[in-house]
This record gives sequence, C-alpha cells and structure tokens, in this order.
Amino acid sequence: MNMIAPRRRRLVLVGNGMAGIRTLEEILSRAPHDFAITVFGAEPHGNYNRIMLSPVLAGEKTFEAITTHPRSWYEENGIELIAGEAVVGIDRDAKTVTGALGATRPYDTLLLATGSNPVIIPLPGHKLSGVIGFRDIADVETMMAASKSGTHAVVIGGGLLGLEAANGLALNGMDTTVLHIMPTLMERQLDPVSAAMLKADLATRGIKVITEANTKAILGEDRVEGVTLADGTHLPADIVVMAAGVRPNIALAKEAGLACGRGIQVDDGMLTSDPAIYAVGECVEHRGAVFGLVAPLFEMAKIVADRVTRSADSDYTPAVTGTRLKVTGIDMFSAGDFIGDENTDDIVFRDASRGVHKRLVVRDDKLVGAVLYGDAQDSAWYFDHIRNETDISALRDTLVFGPAPGNDNAAPGIESLPDTAEICGCNGVSKGAILNAIGSFGLTTVDQVRSRTKASASCGSCTCQVEALLTHALGSAYDATPKVAAVCPCTTVGHDAVRQAILSQTLRTIPAVMRAMGWTTPDGCARCRPALNYYLVCAWPGEYRDDSRSRFVNERMHANIQKDGTYSVVPRMWGGVTSAAELRAIADVVDKHRIPTVKVTGGQRIDLLGVRKEQLPAVWGDLNAAGMVSGHAYGKALRTVKTCVGSEWCRFGTQDSTAMGIALEKMTWGSWTPHKTKMAVSGCPRNCAEATIKDFGVIATESGWDLYVGGNGGIKVRVTDLLAKVSTEADVLEYAAAFMQLYREEAWYLERTAPWVERVGIEYVRSRLSDPNGRLLVRDRFMKSQQHMQADPWAERAASADAHEFRALAAVA
Amino acid sequence: MSAMSEDTLIWTDVGHLDDIPRLGSRVVTTPVVDIAVFRTANDRVFALHDSCPHKAGKLSQGIVHGESVTCPLHSWVIGLADGTAKEPDEGCTRVVPVRLKDGRILLAAGSA
Ligand code: SRM
Ligand SMILES: Cc1cc2nc3c(=O)[nH]c(=O)nc-3n(C[C@H](O)[C@H](O)[C@H](O)COP(=O)(O)OP(=O)(O)OC[C@H]3O[C@@H](n4cnc5c(N)ncnc54)[C@H](O)[C@@H]3O)c2cc1C
Ligand code: SF4
Ligand code: FES
Repeated sequence: MNMIAPRRRRLVLVGNGMAGIRTLEEILSRAPHDFAITVFGAEPHGNYNRIMLSPVLAGEKTFEAITTHPRSWYEENGIELIAGEAVVGIDRDAKTVTGALGATRPYDTLLLATGSNPVIIPLPGHKLSGVIGFRDIADVETMMAASKSGTHAVVIGGGLLGLEAANGLALNGMDTTVLHIMPTLMERQLDPVSAAMLKADLATRGIKVITEANTKAILGEDRVEGVTLADGTHLPADIVVMAAGVRPNIALAKEAGLACGRGIQVDDGMLTSDPAIYAVGECVEHRGAVFGLVAPLFEMAKIVADRVTRSADSDYTPAVTGTRLKVTGIDMFSAGDFIGDENTDDIVFRDASRGVHKRLVVRDDKLVGAVLYGDAQDSAWYFDHIRNETDISALRDTLVFGPAPGNDNAAPGIESLPDTAEICGCNGVSKGAILNAIGSFGLTTVDQVRSRTKASASCGSCTCQVEALLTHALGSAYDATPKVAAVCPCTTVGHDAVRQAILSQTLRTIPAVMRAMGWTTPDGCARCRPALNYYLVCAWPGEYRDDSRSRFVNERMHANIQKDGTYSVVPRMWGGVTSAAELRAIADVVDKHRIPTVKVTGGQRIDLLGVRKEQLPAVWGDLNAAGMVSGHAYGKALRTVKTCVGSEWCRFGTQDSTAMGIALEKMTWGSWTPHKTKMAVSGCPRNCAEATIKDFGVIATESGWDLYVGGNGGIKVRVTDLLAKVSTEADVLEYAAAFMQLYREEAWYLERTAPWVERVGIEYVRSRLSDPNGRLLVRDRFMKSQQHMQADPWAERAASADAHEFRALAAVA
Repeated sequence: MSAMSEDTLIWTDVGHLDDIPRLGSRVVTTPVVDIAVFRTANDRVFALHDSCPHKAGKLSQGIVHGESVTCPLHSWVIGLADGTAKEPDEGCTRVVPVRLKDGRILLAAGSA
C-alpha cells in the first residue's frame, strides 16, 4: 500500500514573542497538521505574556504565572523550539535561516516576528552596566536585583512603559525618579489635566517626576552611579531604565535585503517584499504606521494565518486602539484623538474630590477621542462609539455621564452596550462573542470565559467587564465571589472549574493547569498538587505522566506509612479468596524479611506491618513471585471487593457472590479514583459482605442483582441508595464500570462517593446511568482508561523503578 | 550562622544535585540521626533533621512545595530554610547547613 503522506510545508518562525506565537495558534487552529514548524527565539524560554512584565516587576505576579506557552506546549504541538539562539542570517535563494549557534533550517514559508528594541538614547555613559531597557524578563530580573543591592532608580521616559517600570521599582523599595522630556506625562495618551492628576497620584506612591528634564549624561566608573541634567541637577542612581520608546527590530530583514522603512514593510496581506516571507508584530510597518500595542498585532496574526493556510484572502485594516496604564490603583483609559483641534468640541467632567477627570472630544456629532482618568469603567462604551463613529447628537447632554446616567450600580451600562462593543481590546473580543460563549458553553466563571474566548487573557484590565457580563447573563446565578470552595489556598478556583479547564484547554501538566488558572504559588501545596495530579491522570489516561512528587507518600511508596515511619504491605486477595499456596508464600515472606506483625484486615485480606522502606522492593518481589500484586490499600483507588460465600456454599445464597466479586475486582483494580473506593457483593439480602455501606454494593436476589451506591462505613455512616436492579453478571459489570467512571470524572478530589452522591443527588446519578447508550459511553471510557492502569506498581518497583525512593542518598560516618 | 562558623564546618560531599528529584527529598544517614535533604523546583537545596517537630514524622517522605514540606503523618507544614512549623502549629526541627558547589551537595553533617 502506498500511504506516503505529502510532505508537510516547512514553516519557520523567527521571534518567539507575542505576535509570532499568536500567529502559530491561529495557523494551528486552521490547519493543525499542514506544517512542520520550527521556532527560533533569542530569549532562552518559551513564550510569555510580555504585557504582564509590569505586574511581575510590581510583585503581583510570578514569571510562571505569565508564561503562556511553556516548552511542553511546543512539544505537544510538534513544534521544534530553538530557544536562546537568535537567527543571524536569511538565505533567500536557498530558503534557509541560520542561527547564531549554527542551527540552519530550510523553509517554504518564513515568518518574521522579531518585535522591537527599546530605544537607548546615546547619552554619554549609556553603555555602563546598570543602564537597561524594559522589554524582557531579563530586564525585570536586573531591576529586581538592583533593588536588592541599591537604593536609587532613575527612569528616563514618562510614557506608559516608563511609569510602569517606575511603579515597580518603587514597590521594590527603590527611591525612584522619572525624567520626562515633555512638559506633561504620557502626552500621547493624556491631556494636561489628567497628566497632572497622574503626577500627583504617583507622588503619593513615592515616585518623583521631573518634567522638561533634559538628561545630559549618565555617570559612573564601570557601573552606573548617577545621572546629571542639563540644568546641573545630579541624581544618584544604582540603575537607569531607558523607556524612551521602541524601534522595530529590522536588522535581520534589512540584511536579507527585504524592503524596510521604519519597520519591515508589508502589504495588506502581511507579505514582505519576498513572496515567501511574511512579517507580523511590532517589527512591521504597514501603510507607513508602526505598532506598540498587542490588539493590532493579534489582528495581523489572523490575517497571516488566513493567508499562510490559504483559508482566506483577508486584509489587515488599521483600527483605533485604546490604552490603559497597568498600575494597580490607577484607573485610566485613553483612545483616539483626545486633544482635538479647532473643529472639535470638548466635553469635560471633573470631580476633584473623587479624583475623576473625563474629556470627550466630539467632531461633527461623532465621538473621536476620550481620556478617562480616575474612573474608566465606561471605557468600552465610549470606545465602541469611537470605533463605530456613532451619531451621538441625541446622547450629547448625558454623554459624559456614561451609558447609564444616574445609575450607580456596580457595573453601569454593560447591558446598554451593543453586542458589537469590544470588551477585550487586546484580543478584539466583543460583548456579543462573550455572551454567546457564556450561553452556548454554559460558562459560569471568568476563567472559563477567558479560556474559551481569550477575553481578559492578555493585559487583564477588562476582567471587571467580563464579570459584569457574567452577572448580566446569569443574573443571581453568577456570584463574583464564588461560593464554590477553592481547591486550596493557592487559588480561588474550585474543583469543577479546574476539571473543565483541563479538558477544554487541553492542559496536560500540573504547571500548565496552575498557569492557566492563575495559581498564586509557584508549585502549589500538599492539597492542590495531589488533586491536580489525579485530575490529569483521569483526563488523559495513558498519556499523562504521573507526577510522583505530587502524590501523598503512601501512593508514592505503594505502601502505607505507619506512625514509626515503617510501612505496611497488603497484597490483593481477589474477592477475599485465598489458597494454601498464597498463605504459604505470605508466611515465607514474613519469615524471610522478619516482618513483625501479620493481621487480617477489615477488608478481607492480610496486612504485613512494620516493613522498613528499604525492604519494600524485595518484599514485593517475593510476593510477585508467588503471583500476588498490590492491593492498593494505600491508594485513592479501588481497594477491596468484599464477598460472602454465596450460592456455592451458603444455604441461603441465591447467586455466586464470590465469583461476582472476583470479576468486579479483576475489572476495576488499579484504577485511581477521587477517594478510596470499596465494593462488596453479598449472596442474599442478609448481606454478610456489608454491601449497603460500600461505594458500590451488590446484593444478589432470586431474579438477579440489586446495585447500590454511595455507602460509607467510616466516620459518618451512610447507607447506600439503590441505583438499579439488573439480571445478569454482565449488567453488574457494565453498571459498575459506568458508575466508577462517572465518579472518577465528576467528583472532587478527596470526595468519597457518599458525599458526592449527596451533593449531586442520586437522581442525577441514576439519570446519567439509566440510559443504555449514555451508560455504555461512560463504561467505555472506564475500560479504555483501565488498559493503562492495570500494571502492578509493585512489579515495576521490584524491577527497580524509582529505586532512589527506597535508598538513602548517602551514609555519613 | 555567622561567617566564622561557616568556615569551621566540615563539609561532606553526599551526592549530586540530580540524585534528588525536583520537589523531592533523599535521606542521608548518620550514626546519630537521619538527615532529609530537599531540592526545590528551582534547584535550591535544604537539609533538616528527618523528624517532624509534631510526632517525629519523616519529613523526607512529605510533599515539597515552594520552600516548605508537608509532613506525611498529620500535614504540618515545615519551612525548609528555618525548620519552623507554619502557623497555627508551633515547633521547630533542626536545620543542617548545606551547600551546592558545581552541582555537588555538601553537607555539614557533623554539626547535626
Ligand atoms: C488495615 C485496615 C484495618 C484493619 O486492620 O482491618 C485499615 C487501616 C486503615 N484505614 Fe481503614 N482500614 C481497613 C478497613 C476499613 C474499613 C472496613 C471496610 O473496608 O470494609 C472501613 C469502613 C468502611 C468505609 O471505608 O466506608 C475503614 C474506614 C477508614 C476511614 C474512614 C473513611 C470514611 O470515609 O469515613 C479512614 C480514613 C480515611 O480514609 O481518610 C481509614 C484509613 C485507614 C488507614 C489507611 C489510615 C491511614 O491513612 O494510615 C489505615 C491504614 C493501615 C495500614 O497501614 O494498612 N479507614 N477502614 C483495613 C484495611 C482494609 C483493606 O484490606 O484494605
Ligand atoms: C513592560 C511592557 C508592558 C506592556 N504593556 C502593554 C499593554 O498594557 N498593552 C499592550 O497592548 N501592549 C503592551 N506592551 C507591548 C506588547 O508587549 C508588545 O506590543 C508585544 O509584545 C509585541 O509582540 P511581538 O511579537 O511583535 O514582539 P515581542 O513580544 O517582543 O517578541 C519578539 C521576540 O523575538 C525575539 N527576536 C528578535 N530578534 C530575533 C532573532 N533574530 N532571532 C530569534 N528571535 C528574535 C525577541 O527576543 C522576542 O522574544 C507592553 C510591553 C512591555 C515591554
Ligand atoms: S447472608 Fe451471607 S451468609 Fe448468608 S446467604 Fe447470604 S450470603 Fe450467605
Ligand atoms: S508528625 Fe509531622 S505532622 Fe504529625
């Protein structure tokens, strides 16, 4: 058979940043298998949300939390990542690119996304150590290190980036001064009034601002020591951050002979002057314009993807962008032409005591620009009028009071926004798209909306609008302070949200879940890690690599730790039935390894207590040799299946309960569950196996079997509920597998079946399992998972898996 | 620990960093006590007496997170750097000086 697949087109991306990776995501969503992709990145890691460097510097987020694409993402998508190696040459004739360390890759299509470089003003002393830009995580690390060893920081440039840097440095305890050459701060986004308010707000945070500052030189021997201004002012400095703008990074493109102006010139289809090379992001120049915010770049990403995958001939059209300053506690928004000219009118609102200033610029009955300072919650509404060029003549009287004048509730006006109104500026997500997603996927939390639509996933400033939309869509059903219990104190999200996100966002590792769900700790705690590990085991059977470091000691050691640090070993005894040979083998193991205590458990099997850790592999090896496997007495897993003697021997027995129990145990052993799971089969309603206090209990009747679920004999005794009455052994097995899987997929970690059934209601469980088709689907998922679960963990360890767990690192005399 | 006494400690090479899994722990035995050596996610190494201040649970068997370990017996959380139990629990286990040099783990086990 000739099944050779056509060669995949080779796509090489230069620049592992926000625009480039978004473009790959767009391409993969259109054509997941068409390309063999290589990514070159000068930075030595996966991709992160560069916008969020400011919160990292401010100590509000960790680098892990802003990593959007760890190395595993590349692996999972079959992408070759060459990180830490900049591309230094493009051979357009040979169609290859070459990296600084010599990696050469051929391409059919090349994508340039090299971003920008900070402008370093060539002042005397600009090459001194300690003079940096604010562009990547290395810069943030340099600033944080400087704040540990030094005390004075100077930021050159009072724009968005400079102020976010200054805020972060000040929060790190540095005495921080901003030098700004213009008369007012952020003059490209703020009018003089709001700029003055901002300056005052910064002063209360201990940030000094010198406007009209003409920096003359940076001083120091080999490290920066200070800065002098033209007027003679001298400022001590342990670090100088240059935030005087960015310049598209075009060196590589220029060297390769591509047409460049300020940026790499592209047409409306984002194609450069070479038909095999596209460019996207801050490195491009489109119709004479260059870019500095992500919203237009994410738009470009879609165009490139349409073109590269030949899905559509779409064109990039420039749109107005809005800006926010990400300094916690300062609420501002600016968009469009907010200064105006002789043909425009200003509508200005000022409430000094609340620190609010709004300036709206109107031309020909259309809103053309807005600055909101101190209260920017109506920004989406204004921005929508600007972009749609709405006729506002009818609204003019109350325009400055927002969409719902006089209404002072928490989220005024979200309902009055049209569906086209853009809520998330970064990702271009409209109100309609969010409501749609909430409706069609039954979303109930911000995180779910974020993962479905990307709304609020980049700079995060629209989070409260997304919350308002949830309230609007779900009414009282949505509560921003969720009643669901958080998994643990590392997060605010609950178990269901985590489980859904794992599936909907195909999260495949514990760090990926923590990142996607905004965990506040770097590697969780002893409560969340085992939960996440279980959820991943359950979601991706056979694919997920169990993380032993996230398992409680018993599950890591495959034995129960005892109060003196020794372990107990319980081999499986199928259905509670044993034999002389097994008993003899157990007795031999006890003698050979001098095991101090042998006890019959409440679960119808034998417990060997007092085994030292280093003895475990040998004990298991000997038990294995006699045909015995782990009883999982230590696990949140299928434990025992108790049986009674049943119809084979008992004078009252109606069915072979022992054989039924063995069949159940053979089918379900090895499966991991949210909490321990126990079963029992009794041969008649006298119920000697205590089936009505088990997670899954079976009681034989004259005509078949009664199936019971949700029982518990432990701390709080709960008697089972009847699930179904069935007639054959096969039915019992089918229901048991389906019930186990429903519990595995839907219960919270450490929730036994009894509290789970009480939480969701027995009717719900019945309804999920009574329909034969539905039941078979769930059953099949269980059986599929079991194909990967039924490997004896003892055999693996007796054959030296995880050997380090059982040996000391060293012995010191 | 002052710089003076750091210098007077006797350092023993007990193994390579990679002998301990990230977020894991291994035991170094001595004639007096067992010492648990921990490795964090970002490759910092700490050493404590392998004994919980509560009821002597083996901390080496706990779950490591951040710069803490949760005891396997009753879930006390012990700081790796100072051996102190996190609130509301109270207690302290002994810290053993440990150093990382070119990937080798050096333990001042004598001071245990
Ligand atoms: C060994 C055994 C006692 C015995 O000597 O008979 C036992 C021993 C332990 N039980 Fe049990 N339970 C044992 C049968 C039971 C039973 C009886 C049964 O299964 O029919 C129950 C009541 C039935 C039930 O679970 O609903 C039982 C209810 C508990 C509970 C309370 C569970 C609850 O949901 O309330 C715990 C605590 C827990 O799991 O969190 C517990 C926990 C434990 C632990 C695992 C405590 C621990 O974490 O260290 C003990 C481990 C001992 C060890 O190292 O082996 N054990 N435990 C029994 C082992 C059965 C087996 O062969 O695997
Ligand atoms: C601190 C900070 C805060 C910001 N805040 C906001 C905000 O609030 N809102 C907003 O919209 N935008 C904000 N931005 C801007 C936003 O981050 C950028 O617009 C966006 O990251 C640009 O994406 P890009 O892919 O074009 O460039 P980048 O994300 O910079 O990616 C380019 C990548 O290419 C790599 N590279 C360059 N040359 C080569 C080469 N030859 N070989 C291999 N790799 C190469 C670079 O190392 C870099 O990793 C902020 C930026 C910063 C620095
Ligand atoms: S109750 Fe138990 S002992 Fe009695 S018949 Fe039923 S199965 Fe047999
Ligand atoms: S012995 Fe450590 S918590 Fe009890």
